[in-house]
Amino acid sequence: MTQQSVPDTQAQQTAANRDFEALDARSDVVLTAHDLSVFYGDFCAVRDVSMYIKRGEITAFIGPSGCGKSTVLRCFNRMNDLILGARVEGDVHYHGIDLYGPQADAGEVRRRIGMVFQKPNPFPKSIYDNVAYGPRVNGTRRKSDLDAIVEKSLIGAALWDEVKDRLSSSAMGLSGGQQQRLCIARSIAIEPEVLLMDEPCSALDPIATARIEDLMQEIKKQFTIVIVTHNMQQAGRVSDSTAFFTTEVNPNSDRRTGVLVEFDRTQKIFSNPVDPRTEAYITGRFG
Amino acid sequence: MTAAMSLVAVPNRARSVKDLIFKAFLFAGLGIALGALLTLLVNVVVTGSARLNWDLVQNMPSARPKRAGIQSAIFGSLWVVGVTSLISLPLGVGAAVYLEEFATKDRWYNRLIELNVQNLAAIPSVVFGILGLAFIKRGALSLGSTVITASLVLTMLVLPTVVIVSREAIRAVPDSFRQGSLALGATQWETVRRQVLPNAFPGILTGSILSVSRALGESAPLLMLGALTFITFNPTGLDSAYTVLPIQIFAYISNAKKDFEPLAAASIVVLLILLLVLNAAAIYLRNRFQKRW
Amino acid sequence: MPRGGMRRRLVAEKVIKGALALMAGATVVVSVLIVLALFRPAIAFFQDVDIAEFFGSVDWKPLFKPAHFGVWSIVIGSLWVAAIAMVVAIPLGLGAAFYLSEYASSRARTIIKPILEVLAGIPTVVFGFFALNFVNPNLVKKLWPVGDVGTYSVLAAGLVTGIMILPTVASLAEDAMNSVPSALREGAFALGSNKREVSTSVVFPAALSGIVAAIVLAASRAIGETTIAVLAAGSKAQLSFNPGEEGQTMAGFIGFAGIGDQPTGSVGYQSIFAVGALLFVFTLVLNIISIRVVRKFREVYD
Repeated sequence: MTQQSVPDTQAQQTAANRDFEALDARSDVVLTAHDLSVFYGDFCAVRDVSMYIKRGEITAFIGPSGCGKSTVLRCFNRMNDLILGARVEGDVHYHGIDLYGPQADAGEVRRRIGMVFQKPNPFPKSIYDNVAYGPRVNGTRRKSDLDAIVEKSLIGAALWDEVKDRLSSSAMGLSGGQQQRLCIARSIAIEPEVLLMDEPCSALDPIATARIEDLMQEIKKQFTIVIVTHNMQQAGRVSDSTAFFTTEVNPNSDRRTGVLVEFDRTQKIFSNPVDPRTEAYITGRFG
Repeated sequence: MTAAMSLVAVPNRARSVKDLIFKAFLFAGLGIALGALLTLLVNVVVTGSARLNWDLVQNMPSARPKRAGIQSAIFGSLWVVGVTSLISLPLGVGAAVYLEEFATKDRWYNRLIELNVQNLAAIPSVVFGILGLAFIKRGALSLGSTVITASLVLTMLVLPTVVIVSREAIRAVPDSFRQGSLALGATQWETVRRQVLPNAFPGILTGSILSVSRALGESAPLLMLGALTFITFNPTGLDSAYTVLPIQIFAYISNAKKDFEPLAAASIVVLLILLLVLNAAAIYLRNRFQKRW
Repeated sequence: MPRGGMRRRLVAEKVIKGALALMAGATVVVSVLIVLALFRPAIAFFQDVDIAEFFGSVDWKPLFKPAHFGVWSIVIGSLWVAAIAMVVAIPLGLGAAFYLSEYASSRARTIIKPILEVLAGIPTVVFGFFALNFVNPNLVKKLWPVGDVGTYSVLAAGLVTGIMILPTVASLAEDAMNSVPSALREGAFALGSNKREVSTSVVFPAALSGIVAAIVLAASRAIGETTIAVLAAGSKAQLSFNPGEEGQTMAGFIGFAGIGDQPTGSVGYQSIFAVGALLFVFTLVLNIISIRVVRKFREVYD
């Protein structure tokens, strides 16, 4: 069993891409996707995605609109279950366990794999109750325990200093950037292993965006992060691995189907990509 | 880190119990509502089955249960509801057109009118009966217990609903239609007449039918207007004495003689059928004229 | 200088606008008339009847000789019927609303919503029949443990009034729940909640203002319900804490007195208006509370 904790070389990554059982067994790989396809009714939104997510790193999904980045992301925590008519084919494994297997409970999946959304969506409750929501649902009742978790999570989300004196005030009174950090605090309060972020900064101004990017770097050792972003520069700044998606013509529909074009270390994707489509996107010729 | 990890749901007694209680709560709500409706309908049909024949509709009310029918009530309802519609629909649609198309929204008197309409819609129906008793049946107008009295009172009752529903229908017409018309030089009223009203028509029609069916079923206000009298003839004019179906049903229910029970139930079936036809017409017309922008 | 044709159009425009404004104004006239109709005779009533007796005693027999004018028995009667109706309508209505909003498939909705609309459209006289003819003899008489149940009971009237307003609660509460943004639900699901937890701990609090408004509106309708009360609750105005007994509500009294064709100007006639004014005040207060509550909750969460 290969124990790899140093970044893969390109050759190693390519070989790994073809050997999923080996990947599943590696202790530094958290999630694997193998020939993953997602259908909305008869329409194939994204097809044959194969890739993996390494622990303690930030993996970015980039690509033009409509190429299935968010769709794939939502497979990792079974949020596509909530969409009527959505169907997942292929495999998604979490530490070797099939996420969509008959034994897997969606709630358990989501407790281990959290999500932050594009538009901040704090509950119309107090700041404290927002962060305490997850732990409460999971059975934590004692006030002292909750207090500790709330504080730890808000510190972890770089929001504590700004709100520590007004934990009981409504979360709706925070600015956009603060609300998003609150949502991050809310997600990490239940101590997931992975944090999925679906374009978390696209609704925020540049300063708030920078703060969240810094935050991501701070927490990536503790929470593996997968981020979907429209902002190529952000992916280049922040991530360790990058997956580039695009769309291709679908013979069965007038809508295009998403495909994974290239998945590699970020440095490689941005300096020396293999596929011409990747290069065209990176250099701004389309997208 | 790779200790036996599983994604199996952790069994949690408290959680499962709460889930069960909640599910029970959901289904109880629906179940009892549906069950009550079913029981009511079965009860009415079974109790009235013996009297559900053409005699019911052809005969006039009578003190003798075996000969009694509801013809005067049916015609009375047609008269009263008809006159009510003739007055309340143009009035209500006109008010809605004014409020949506012409009124400046933030003027105090326009806000007052809006608030007023909403308040009126929440007033118990019997209060309108009291109003009718004070000013229309007796008092200033002293029209007595006639078709026009009932119609005026029911008009005031359904007017707020007609206004509210018509306003919604008018509001749903896209602004681009109005802008286009005004840009071609049409006046506001011409725009309303040619663009807004025709497009709002399905919604207004449905709403009107629903208001009419409400008027058909009302009993409380008419109790106050002395409608609970023994009427064995069909109305001949606005100043006719009258009875309506709900009131005749009320009379049969209140009658102590046991034999009137099936009669009351059968009359209820007739009323429900009339309402069903009206509502089905409303739904059919709504679907037929449904516009999609 | 507008040409003749244009001027005619503009004048016609003004006339039409005026006519429409008058129509809108008619609604205000109705309100004014209601207030006049109720309060002028009510004031006359209090010139004949001692206010202290009205608000201070419980014996209500205004149509008989000797007459008594203690209004509390019918006020309590109204409150009883409304309370029983709320006990029926709130849990069942909210349950139905949760189901329709959070759980039901679109096929289930297309079946259930029309059924609720049918229930909402049933005339009150039909409900009165149901209460008198079925609910009282078969349910209340047989199952109510306290005392003897006669032909009429406050309980039967209350239960059926509850069924009558259930669709209102369900439909308004469902609207309130539907308008909760789905982003909030997604956030809760993403934290591992199941549907029940999302419904109760996120959707319900977020929809609370609309739900409360629905409940208050339903309460107002329950208090004002006349026909069911007249037919099923009874005409004996008595102060009782046993809803299995007969009782009279404010609206029920008004209906009952209205049927009796009281001579104009008599104390019996005026009592209709006095009670009517009281009923109007009750429903007005509930209406204002409903608006206030909605506004207050909106402030907190917006």
